[in-house]
Amino acid sequence: MDEILSVFSVEAREQLEAMEAGLMQLEQGDRDPETINAVFRAAHTIKGGAGVVEIHSVEKFTHVLENVLDRLRNGEIEVGGEMISALLLGCDHIGALLGVVQTGDMEPDAELKQAGDAITESLRPFLGATAHAAAGKEVSADADGNIERDPERNGSNSATSDCWHISVRFGQDVLRNGMEPLAFLRYLLNLGEIAHITTLTDALPAADEMDPESCYLGFEINFRSHASKEAIEKVFDFCRDDCELHILPPNSKVADYLQLIESLPEETMRLGEILVKSGALTQEELDAGLRAQSGARVGAGDTVPAPQLGDILVQQSNVQPELVEAAAAKQKTVSEKKAAESSLIRVHADKLDQLIDLVGELVIAGASANLLAKKSGEATLVEATSVLSRLVESIRDSALQLRMVQIGETFNRFHRVARDVSKELGKDIELVISGAETELDKSVVEKIGDPLMHLVRNAMDHGIETAAIRAAAGKPVKGRVELNAFHDSGSIVIEVVDDGGGLNKDRIEAKALEKGIIQPGQSLSDAEIVNLIFEAGFSTVEKVTNLSGRGVGMDVVRKNITALRGSVNVTTEPGAGSRFTIRLPLTLAIIDGFLTGVARSSYVIPLDMVVECIELANTSEERDYINLRGEVLPFVRLRELFEVSGERPARENVVVVQYAGRKAGIVVDQLLGEFQTVIKPLGTLFRNMRGIGGSTILGSGEVALILDVQALVSRCVRAEEQLAHGSTGTRRLEVH
Amino acid sequence: MEFANQTTTDGATRLTVDGDLTIYQAVEIRQRLIDGVRANAVLELDLSHVGEVDTAGLQLLALAKRESHHLDHVLRIVGHSPAVREVIEFLNMVAFFGDPLVIPANERA
Repeated sequence: MDEILSVFSVEAREQLEAMEAGLMQLEQGDRDPETINAVFRAAHTIKGGAGVVEIHSVEKFTHVLENVLDRLRNGEIEVGGEMISALLLGCDHIGALLGVVQTGDMEPDAELKQAGDAITESLRPFLGATAHAAAGKEVSADADGNIERDPERNGSNSATSDCWHISVRFGQDVLRNGMEPLAFLRYLLNLGEIAHITTLTDALPAADEMDPESCYLGFEINFRSHASKEAIEKVFDFCRDDCELHILPPNSKVADYLQLIESLPEETMRLGEILVKSGALTQEELDAGLRAQSGARVGAGDTVPAPQLGDILVQQSNVQPELVEAAAAKQKTVSEKKAAESSLIRVHADKLDQLIDLVGELVIAGASANLLAKKSGEATLVEATSVLSRLVESIRDSALQLRMVQIGETFNRFHRVARDVSKELGKDIELVISGAETELDKSVVEKIGDPLMHLVRNAMDHGIETAAIRAAAGKPVKGRVELNAFHDSGSIVIEVVDDGGGLNKDRIEAKALEKGIIQPGQSLSDAEIVNLIFEAGFSTVEKVTNLSGRGVGMDVVRKNITALRGSVNVTTEPGAGSRFTIRLPLTLAIIDGFLTGVARSSYVIPLDMVVECIELANTSEERDYINLRGEVLPFVRLRELFEVSGERPARENVVVVQYAGRKAGIVVDQLLGEFQTVIKPLGTLFRNMRGIGGSTILGSGEVALILDVQALVSRCVRAEEQLAHGSTGTRRLEVH
Repeated sequence: MEFANQTTTDGATRLTVDGDLTIYQAVEIRQRLIDGVRANAVLELDLSHVGEVDTAGLQLLALAKRESHHLDHVLRIVGHSPAVREVIEFLNMVAFFGDPLVIPANERA
């Protein structure tokens, strides 16, 4: 996808979120005009952006929403539940359209178009009588992407200019890249006539700071031509990446000029200048306004604040109120905007990765300095290094924070999937997303998409029953698939929930037997049986469908998730549905660890999972569980698990860890305290080793192993369950 | 490219530029122009021998003009070569520089 398209879709999605949030507020009874304005602006910005990058499907559709919102803003219609729902659907549709763009298609498919038309139809009652016709007309944009004017606006609100308006700011590197802005402008003459050109030198820095080989110029051009927008844009093709280009068609709507004013980079420019340069106001009108302002000031004396230039211009009906509003808002928000702009930078992901790597090395080097300082016993040195390590810790946290992205974008892709799949299967399925704002590491987000896609497809294909079966079971005909994300003790949890028929345990067991995944007579808990679907070579549906019969089974899903140091399991309730739960670590690079020792080797336990540490009482010497405040806590002895040689020390410790709601103990010799752990992957040789998640380097240069708590906990829990099974079995025997 | 300094009859300093005002000389042009503007309360710039002007060159003229405003100095362009005049007219910067453009009679046609 083009860079410009990806920038557009990212920004448009941000605006969509703002729009949805605003609509929700309106639905909850908020009647603040600013809220309505915010929603309108968001819609307008999307439309404007879509126009610039020439995604007409989005542009056209958003325009309809904008019309409704405009009427709402002008108090012509009242907020109503039905309208809000329709508008929200409209937002979703824009999201879906953006989804299409992100997949690289410029035009939505017929179905999506149809959906859009349906929404447009549902919005029609809110468009009013005059605008009704206009909406229909406006949707028919001509081939140049030049949307015809809304007749309602035509009378009072459209700018008088019959020229194209080209606004271009050349980037600093244009000259260095061997391009000559003047040549582009001269080339324009081949397409038409430059009615007026304004050269902007505002961006020129102070004489001493100015780089003579950088370009600082911008131009506002009124261009009279019959050429298409595309043709005009082509002129600037060579420097498209290096310049900021806005093109407004002749007789553009006032709203489009507003957009332009808002997007102009010049900040100190006075209100009047902005209006003149956007071609909406002549110099005479401006001068008249200025004179009136100074006259009023003299007349009223100093006590009464002079009327704003903007007000005067409006009173003399020289300018449309929106224009002044926008220009004034621009002046007011210039400083705020500056702050906001500087708080957002786009950085190449590689640079971030490099930073994280360096921070990782810094953490290791810091640990080694710390150790040496402690050994030296010099108090001041110890203090200095401890301050240093605190700072390193903060740097590590902020660096990792940089990589965190919201999972929402990944989730949003599934709206389209839901639509396609439900159409394909002939099922009516609703996809409900929650927790889209949950953040997790970028690399995880990228890799979780495919497994998640498979689970969602699977839930729709196998999970949700057909409408007839649902109706017979007394369930709503519309199936429901939920996608949830939330944080839970150091990991992120993603759930795919369906309200379908649930998994059939007997069939799974039979199938597993048939495939030789389990042996006859093997006693398994219900939870173990349903999780057999993640074993290699398993599929319960006899009919291989287009959707799930792709040879990518649940085992691949699990493999992908395990590769991210995560886990996946499923719980199910017959008739009520299934819940697939994916747990992932928050980050893949550096974690807070808890360092423990067994004999002479060190082990790191992720600190987030540590609940508490207790001393192992002597009484529990030969058992694998202890009584923790009345609870049974199963544990593993690392010494036995890893067959560490040597005598047990007099005192052993239990580290109580928690994972996915299950607690277990890990018995170690020593507790060595917190340790910043840079995770280094294990070699391929150890890939299949259970219980170890990675390795790290200690300050002393020694290698410590990072425990895979998930594997250890499930090992404990399994042992416990088998024990429980065994005991029920014996009890049954006793009864019989 | 050559720069020549001379004092005119009314006491102003005249800087004559002979050559092109393009990106290839941009660094030197900036130095000369800014130094000239800073050192002289009134600087006349004779551009009648300038061959070629590009964006970088024009930008530097604008920079010098602005610098003269900042210092309350005067920068006058007294001679426009056809190339200079064409660029200034094309970009509608006649008013920005505020100098009379003299069009030689033999070029009118």
